[in-house]
Amino acid sequence: MFFDFSKVTNWLHGWLTGFMPEWGAILTESALVLLAIIALYAVFAIIMIYMERKICAAFQCRLGPMRVGPWGLLQVFSDVFKMLTKEIVNLRKTDMFLHNLAPFLVVSASMITFACLPWNKGAHIIDFNVGVFFFLAVSSIGVVGILLAGWSSNNKYALIGAMRSGAQIISYELSIGLTMLTMICMTGTMSFSEICMQQYEHGWNIFRGHVPAVLAFIIYLIAGNAECNRGPFDLPESESELTAGYHTEYSGMHFGYYYLAEFMNLFICAGMASTIFLGGWAPLQIPGLEGFNDIMSAIPGAVWFLGKTFFVIFLLMWLRWTFPRLRIDQILSLEWKYLVPISMLNLILMALAVSFGLYF
Amino acid sequence: MDSHNIMFVILSVFMVLSSIATVVSKSIIRAATYLLFVLLGTAGIYFLLGYTFLGAVQIMVYAGGIVVLYVFSILLTSGQQEKLSKNIVSKVVASALLSIAGFGVFLFMLLKNKLFENVAALGAPTEAVGTETNSIDQIGHFMLSSSEGGYLLPFEAVSLLLLACIVAGLIVARKS
Repeated sequence: MFFDFSKVTNWLHGWLTGFMPEWGAILTESALVLLAIIALYAVFAIIMIYMERKICAAFQCRLGPMRVGPWGLLQVFSDVFKMLTKEIVNLRKTDMFLHNLAPFLVVSASMITFACLPWNKGAHIIDFNVGVFFFLAVSSIGVVGILLAGWSSNNKYALIGAMRSGAQIISYELSIGLTMLTMICMTGTMSFSEICMQQYEHGWNIFRGHVPAVLAFIIYLIAGNAECNRGPFDLPESESELTAGYHTEYSGMHFGYYYLAEFMNLFICAGMASTIFLGGWAPLQIPGLEGFNDIMSAIPGAVWFLGKTFFVIFLLMWLRWTFPRLRIDQILSLEWKYLVPISMLNLILMALAVSFGLYF
Repeated sequence: MDSHNIMFVILSVFMVLSSIATVVSKSIIRAATYLLFVLLGTAGIYFLLGYTFLGAVQIMVYAGGIVVLYVFSILLTSGQQEKLSKNIVSKVVASALLSIAGFGVFLFMLLKNKLFENVAALGAPTEAVGTETNSIDQIGHFMLSSSEGGYLLPFEAVSLLLLACIVAGLIVARKS
């Protein structure tokens, strides 16, 4: 009844192995998946930039982009073309190799985590039995890129921005790890496909895990927002004090990569929230309402996934344009004095709930 | 040659070149970056062997933890364009002795385990290897089992060591 995307991939694999060896077929499929990831990455970045500008405008009682195309729909495309045609400036007295490498580290870490998201039933790109752990591991490579960018720019503002950003991301990774551990404690598996399958069969994790799951969801949203250097936590690139933080000296598409990675990290953060807490591609099912459940199951999984993800993105953008920026000491004490102890207690609460069977 | 062999060759060449670059590089932060590539290549080899957990740990601990720590300490301590010290005679002699000793231990282990005689049978990982995976709950059970072959005691000893490190770090950093 529910559409399984693995039918398509199995058919493709069978068709390819018909006229080429096994490894050739796998290589071709990998190339196709790579193209799909890059295309989706760009498309979602464009959608999210437009969404951010419109939502920001709505919260500030403005209209946002209106001139280029109907409702300013073509504004983002023209921005992208502007960015692509800009010159990439090479600075003197900097380490050119590291300066050019840093954006690629950031963007490739973000692309690999992007590939971990479950798009539909059977449409998982990277799916190990340690999926969640792999996701956390790869997302920590981006910090190296940010630190290298700050150092190789040979600029004090960039260096301070990079240090702030590094301290903030490393600190908030702790909360993200602990909240994910809380949910893994309940699901009993780290594989994204199994987590989604469980939620499809037994209901979304946020309902199954009741109090500890809701607490974990709130902590995850705060820590995720900080992890993306956004919202009230955007002081690594606070433009009024540090010009633009670690990417001050970047121009053209190298700056574009940071911009892209920042937006896509928000998408990945929201996608992970929807996978772990809100069921991923699993439709909303209410036990006892057969007709309602059938209608909900008729909607494809990709639509469910994207709907939940964009709902979480809207929550995070709301947060961003509502609260004023924090100071660095406030950010670090929020993490180390409040969020980490709360999420540790929450982990114990979840462990107790699981061991006494107090979840659905 | 199947695809695993080709991937193995690509990863090994990448790792060997990055290792040489790590040692030869004059700039300390570049050396740290090349080291990151070596560690990522090692993780790639673990994934090729089907040890996804070990590969993820490699990325998490080494690439995401140790290299970030290195880069952080370089940023905090040194000025811009920090270069390595000059190669004086005593330094060259000491490093040559150290590398010869290390190579000697390596060779001794190889000969002792008769690796050269079995080297033809060893070969690169093939597609047959990647099928068997250790699931994470198996590893977890071993980690916390006190029976034979369990790792409960080392696990607890390491956690105690880490706790001692955290307390020591706090004491060193405290403003008295």
